Amino acid sequence: MTAPLGRIRGGVHTAVRHDSAVGHVTGCALYLDDVANAPGSLEAALVLSPYAHARIRRIDFSRALAAPGVAAVVTAADIPGKNDVAPIRSDEPVLPPEVATYEGQPVMAVAAATLDQARAAAKLVDIEYEPLPPVLTIEEAMARQLYVSPPQTMARGDLAAGFASAAHRMSGELRAGGQDHFYLEGQIALAMPGDDGSITVQSSTQHPTEVQHGVAHLLGLPFNAVTVEVRRMGGAFGGKESQATIIAGIAALLAWKARKPVKLRLPRDDDMRATGKRHPFLFRYDVGFDGEGRILALDLTLAANGGNVADHTPAVLTRALCHADNCYWLPNVRLTGLPCMTNTVSNTAFRGYGGPQGMLAIETIIDSIARHLRQPVEAIRRRNYYGTDRNNVTPYGMTVEDNIIARVADELDRSVNLAGWRAAVDGFNRASLTIKKGLATMPVKFGISFNRPSLNQAGALVHVYTDGSVLLNHGGTEMGQGLFVKVAQVVAEAFQIDLDHIRVSATTTGKVPNTAATAASSGSDLNGMAALHAAEQIKTRMAEVAAEHFGVSAHEIVFACNRIYAGNRSLSFAELAALSWEKRVSLSAAGYYRTPKIHWDFTTNTGRPFFYFAYGAAAVEVAVDTLTGEMRVLRAELLQDCGASLNPAIDLGQIEGAFMQGMGWLTTEELWWDSDGRLRTHGPSTYKIPGSRDVPPIFNARILADAPNREATVYRSKAVGEPPLMLAIAVWLAIRDAIASTAPNARALHIDAPATPERILGAIDALRATAAAN
Amino acid sequence: MSAVRFLLNGELRAEQSVSATMTVLDWLRGIAGLTGTKEGCAEGDCGACTVVLGRMRNRELRYEAVNSCLMMLPQIDGCAVLTVEGVATADGTLHPVQQALIDADATQCGFCTPGFVMAMLAYQQGAEPPSDALIHEALAGNLCRCTGYRSIVDACRHVAVDPSDRRGVATSQTATALSGLPASKDYRSGGQVFLTPRTFAELHQALAQYPDAILLAGGTDIGLRVSKNREAIPVVISTVAVTELAAITSDAQALTLGGTVTYTQALPAFDAHFPALAALVRRIGSRQIRNLGTIAGNLATASPIGDMLPSLFVLNASVTLASQSGQRTVSVADFVTGYRKTVLAPGEIIATIRIPLLTSKHCFAAYKVAKRFDQDISTVVAAFLLARSGTTVREFRAAYGGMAARVTRASHLEAALSGRAWNGDHSPDLASALARDFTPMSDHRGSAHYRMQVAVGLLRRFQIETTSVAPARVEAL
Ligand SMILES: Cc1cc2nc3c(=O)[nH]c(=O)nc-3n(C[C@@H](O)[C@@H](O)[C@H](O)COP(=O)(O)OP(=O)(O)OC[C@H]3O[C@@H](n4cnc5c(N)ncnc54)[C@H](O)[C@@H]3O)c2cc1C
Ligand code: FES
Ligand code: FES
Repeated sequence: MTAPLGRIRGGVHTAVRHDSAVGHVTGCALYLDDVANAPGSLEAALVLSPYAHARIRRIDFSRALAAPGVAAVVTAADIPGKNDVAPIRSDEPVLPPEVATYEGQPVMAVAAATLDQARAAAKLVDIEYEPLPPVLTIEEAMARQLYVSPPQTMARGDLAAGFASAAHRMSGELRAGGQDHFYLEGQIALAMPGDDGSITVQSSTQHPTEVQHGVAHLLGLPFNAVTVEVRRMGGAFGGKESQATIIAGIAALLAWKARKPVKLRLPRDDDMRATGKRHPFLFRYDVGFDGEGRILALDLTLAANGGNVADHTPAVLTRALCHADNCYWLPNVRLTGLPCMTNTVSNTAFRGYGGPQGMLAIETIIDSIARHLRQPVEAIRRRNYYGTDRNNVTPYGMTVEDNIIARVADELDRSVNLAGWRAAVDGFNRASLTIKKGLATMPVKFGISFNRPSLNQAGALVHVYTDGSVLLNHGGTEMGQGLFVKVAQVVAEAFQIDLDHIRVSATTTGKVPNTAATAASSGSDLNGMAALHAAEQIKTRMAEVAAEHFGVSAHEIVFACNRIYAGNRSLSFAELAALSWEKRVSLSAAGYYRTPKIHWDFTTNTGRPFFYFAYGAAAVEVAVDTLTGEMRVLRAELLQDCGASLNPAIDLGQIEGAFMQGMGWLTTEELWWDSDGRLRTHGPSTYKIPGSRDVPPIFNARILADAPNREATVYRSKAVGEPPLMLAIAVWLAIRDAIASTAPNARALHIDAPATPERILGAIDALRATAAAN
Repeated sequence: MSAVRFLLNGELRAEQSVSATMTVLDWLRGIAGLTGTKEGCAEGDCGACTVVLGRMRNRELRYEAVNSCLMMLPQIDGCAVLTVEGVATADGTLHPVQQALIDADATQCGFCTPGFVMAMLAYQQGAEPPSDALIHEALAGNLCRCTGYRSIVDACRHVAVDPSDRRGVATSQTATALSGLPASKDYRSGGQVFLTPRTFAELHQALAQYPDAILLAGGTDIGLRVSKNREAIPVVISTVAVTELAAITSDAQALTLGGTVTYTQALPAFDAHFPALAALVRRIGSRQIRNLGTIAGNLATASPIGDMLPSLFVLNASVTLASQSGQRTVSVADFVTGYRKTVLAPGEIIATIRIPLLTSKHCFAAYKVAKRFDQDISTVVAAFLLARSGTTVREFRAAYGGMAARVTRASHLEAALSGRAWNGDHSPDLASALARDFTPMSDHRGSAHYRMQVAVGLLRRFQIETTSVAPARVEAL
C-alpha cells in the first residue's frame, strides 16, 4: 500500500469549528428575519387569548380589517382544510374554533403591509369572551382525572413483597417547574404561495416534515404541494418542533388567503405566552430500602402538566418513565405517568424530553435515602447501580449492555479528589456563620433513540460534482448544535477529502422527504449514517471507475488524503469525479438509515427503545446565603461520554451549554402564573436564564477518553445534545447539601425546583424548624 | 426641522424621513439593511441588539455599548454608530474580538453573537484590566442560550490581554468628523416631533411649548414604550444635550450630579465616595443600560424597586428641581410621593442631585437581592447608614425598596435601634419593627413572606459586616 499516512483536514474525531462561525461573528449568517421581504410581502401579528379558559362568543375584526395596511385576517373559520396540527394525537386546533383553553393562545391573526400595522390592527380586534372556570394545577387535574392522553404505567416485580422485605420505608413529594426554551431567535415563519397551487414555507423549525404536514392539513393540500425549508435557527432546544408548526401554519393560512407572502415573527412576549415549554411535574413516591440503602420497592407517580392539549406529552411522559431509573436497578417498581390536562400552555419537547424530570425524581429519592440513613450518597448509589451481568434490566425490560457508569463516576471522583473536596466544604461550613456550602455528585445514564421506533430513520442526498466538490443535504436541521459540520465531517472522512470541499445546503422537504425531527440528540447519529450510506454508494461507483482506469480490481482502490490510489498510481478526487462523469457513472446518491435493534410495545411500555446509552458524571459545589437564600455555583466538574466524539470542539460546547441550561432550569428560571392562569414571567426582564457571571468560576468539562460506542454508530460516536443537561442535577443536589448543613441533625429535607432564593430560604427555615422540633 | 446625522460604521448618514420614534434597531435592520444586529427581546434584556456608540464626552470620544432596541433614532444624532458589519476591515480581516470568538468555539446558533461582538468590542476599547469580574460586568447585558458562556468568557479574556489593539475605531478621525456635524435640535416627521434642546433656556421653552411632551433622558424606561409597545409618541424632548445638566462636581460636603449624568458617568465618583453604592450600581441593568440610563431618570420613575432610591434616602440626598419659574430643592425622601409618583410639577425637571459625603464615623451599605445577580430587578433592595458612639447606635437610617408601593425609610426599625448596642444582636423585636414598617406584596419576584425574611436578613447582614470579617455574601466567594 503506497497511500500516504497523512490525514485529511476536518475528518471525523477532529475539533473542527462550526461551519458558520465566520458568518456568526460578522453578522453575515442569515436568519429568517434577516432575509429581505419580497415586494408586496405582508407581516403578521397574533391576537392572543387574555383568558385561561373562555368561550369565544363573537369576533369582530371589522376595525382591524379597516385599519391601514391590513390585507387579511384569519380565524378558525377561515381554515380550508383540517384545523389540526397535533404532532402525536389529533384534534389540536391551530386556532380555537369555539373555546380558548389557555391564556396566550392564538385566537386569530392579522396580516398587514408592515409589522407595526399588523400589531396595531391586532389590538383593534374586538372579541367577546365568556370566561369559564379554568383548571390550573396538576393537583386539580389529577383530582378530576383530566388527562390529555391515557395514563401510563411501567411496572416490574412484586411491589408488595418488596415493601414487605424493606427495613425502611419513606414517602414524599417533589415538584419540578417548567422551563422556557428562550432560544434567542423567536419563532418565525415565512409562507409564500406558489403560482401553481403550491406553497413554500421557510420556517425556523426543527421538524420541516411536520410543518409540511401541518400546513398541508390546514390548507387541504397533498404533501407534495408544500415545501418547507430551513437554513439555520437561532436556537431551538425542542421548542421549535411542534410549536414551529403552529407559527408556520398560521403564516400559511394568512398567505393562502391574501395570496401574498406572509411573515409571522412573534415578539418575545407573545412567543413566551403562546408557545409550549418544558413540562412541570409533580412526583409522589413511596420507597422501601434496606439498611444499606438498596432500593427494594419503588412506587412513583410522575404527573406532568401537559397543558391544554396533548402535543408531545405522551412521549415526554414515556421518556420520563424510562429515566426514572437513571443508573439504578429497581427490582420491584411501579411507575405511573399522569399526563394532566390544564388550562395552561401545552407543554412540549425540551432538551431531555422528560428525562431530566424522571432523573430529578430518582436522584432526590436517593439523596433522601442517604440523608435518612446518614450514609454518603455516593455509597448508596453504588449499591444500587445496574450490574453488568445481573440486575441489569430496566423497568421497561431493556438489558443495559453498555454500562460504564461506575467507570465514569469513579474517574470523576478520582480526578477531583472528592474526599478532600468534601472535607474542605465541611471545614468551611464549620467556620462560616451565614454562608453555607454544599457539594454533590451526579451520575447520568441517558437513552439514545426516539422512544417511538418509526422516528429513527433518516435520509441524505449527496452530489459529487465534476470538479470534486460535494454538495450534501440531509434531513437534519441546524440550530447551532453543529450538526451540519459533523455530518460534513462524516462525508469528508468517507470520501477522504478535506472538509472544505463539502458544502451543506439548507434542509428542505423537497430534497429529503419524510424526515424525523432533529431531536432526541439523534441528529448526527441518524443523518450522519444516512449521509455515510449515500457517500459509500458513490464511492463504490467511483472505485469501480478507478479500478477500470488503473486496470486493477475495485478492492485494490484506496481513497486517502484527497486522492484515489491503486498501488503507487493515483488520481485526485476531482480527476476521478470528472472521469466518472466521462464514463457515464452517476455521482449522486440518496442515503438512508434506520437504527437497528430497537423496538417498543406501547401497550406494555416495554421493549428496547434505545440503541445505546450515553453516560456522564458531575461534581458541583455551591454556596448559599442563609439570610437571603441567594445561591452561587462555585465549581463544576463534568465528565461526559461522547463515544468516539465526531467533533470534540462541538461536543464540548454541547456539554457546557446543556449544563448551564439545566442549571437554569433548576435555579433561576421560574415560570410564574397568577391566580387567573396568566403567565407573568414572559420576557427576559422577568424570566431569568443564566448569565455569564452564573458560570461557575471553576468550570471544567471533559469528554471521556477511550470510550468508543460499543454499538456500531457513525464512527462509534455517541449523541451529546441532551445527556449533559442532566449533569446539572448535581447543582440541585449540592443546593440540597448546603441546605442540609444548616441543620445537621435534621433528616428530612424538602425543596421544590427551581431552587430560587425564596425556595432555598424557605427550605432552610423548614429544616431548622423540624430540627428544633426533634 | 433638521435631519438626524451620524456616522454609521464610519460613513456619514443623514435621515430625515422616518418616524421620530423609530428604534435604532428597526432603522438598522429595516432601513439600512444591516441585519447583523438582532432583536431578541426588544426590552433591553438580551443584548442581541447591542451596538457601540461613539460619543463625545468631555471633548474625548468614548465608545460604549448600548441596546439599539431601546433607542429612538434621533438619540444617535451626532454619534458614531458601530455595528457588527463595520467591525472587520474592508478586506475581510476579522477584528481580534471576532477572531477570538471563533478561536474559542464560542458560537453555536450564532444569534447572540453579533451582540457579544459589540459588547466585547466596547470592553476592549475601554482598555480595562483583564479581570473576570470586569469581563462579567462587560457581558452581563448579553444572553446566550447555547454556549454556556465559558467559551465566550475565554474569548473575552483573550482580547483583554491586548487592549492596545484598537482596530476598528479610528478615534481622532471620528472625533473630527463628529465635531463637524450640525446638531439636530428639532426632528419632525409625519406629525411627530423630537426636540433636542442644547441649553436650559431651550429646554424650558420646549417644555412650555409642548406641555404634553415626553421628557426623555437615557430612554431605558421610556424606550420600552416604543420598542415593546410600539407607541408612536407624538412629542419627545430629550435632555441629553442640555449642557447645564451634564456636570459632576464634588466639594468637601457633597457630590452633585447633573440631571443627565448616566450611571456609567457617575461610577468613578461613586467609587471614590460611596464604594458600596458603586457596587450596587454595577448591578443596575447592564453596561448597555448604564451607558444610557440616568440617575435622574431612576428618581423620576419613582419605581418601588428603583435601586438608587434607598441609598439616596439614607444618604439624605436632595434634588434641585428647575422650571421656567425658578428652582427649588427637596430631599429625595420628599421627592417620591407614591407608586411612580413624585413632586415634579408640569414643566419641572430634575436639574441636579446632591449627595452629602459620608464622614469617617459613618458605615454605609447597600444591598440588592434578586433571582439573578446581574441584570435583574430587585426583589428587595435596602440601604443602611450607621454611626456609632462606642458600641451604641448614635444614628441609624434604613430604607427599603420592594417592600411597599414606594421606597421608604423603615422608621419603626430606626426607632427600635436608636440608642441601642450595636453588637450583632438580632432580637425578634427588630423583625417586628420591620413588620410594622412594611406590608409587602406577593408577585413573581417573591412572596410577601419572603420579602419580609429578606428585609430582616439584610439587616442582619449589615450587622455582621459591621461587626465581623466573616464572609456574608455569596458573591464574595
Ligand atoms: C433592561 C433594563 C434593566 C434595568 N435594570 C434596572 C435595575 O437593575 N435597577 C433599576 O433601578 N432600574 C433598572 N432599570 C430601569 C431604568 O430604566 C432606570 O433605572 C433608569 O435610571 C432610567 O433612566 P433613563 O435616563 O433611561 O430614563 P428615561 O427612560 O429617559 O426616563 C424615565 C422617566 O424619567 C423622567 N426623567 C428623566 N430625566 C429627567 C429629569 N432630568 N427630570 C425629570 N424627569 C426626568 C422621564 O420623563 C421619564 O418619565 C432597567 C431598565 C431596563 C430596560
Ligand atoms: S433586543 Fe434584547 S436587548 Fe435589545
Ligand atoms: S450561540 Fe445561540 S444564543 Fe448564543
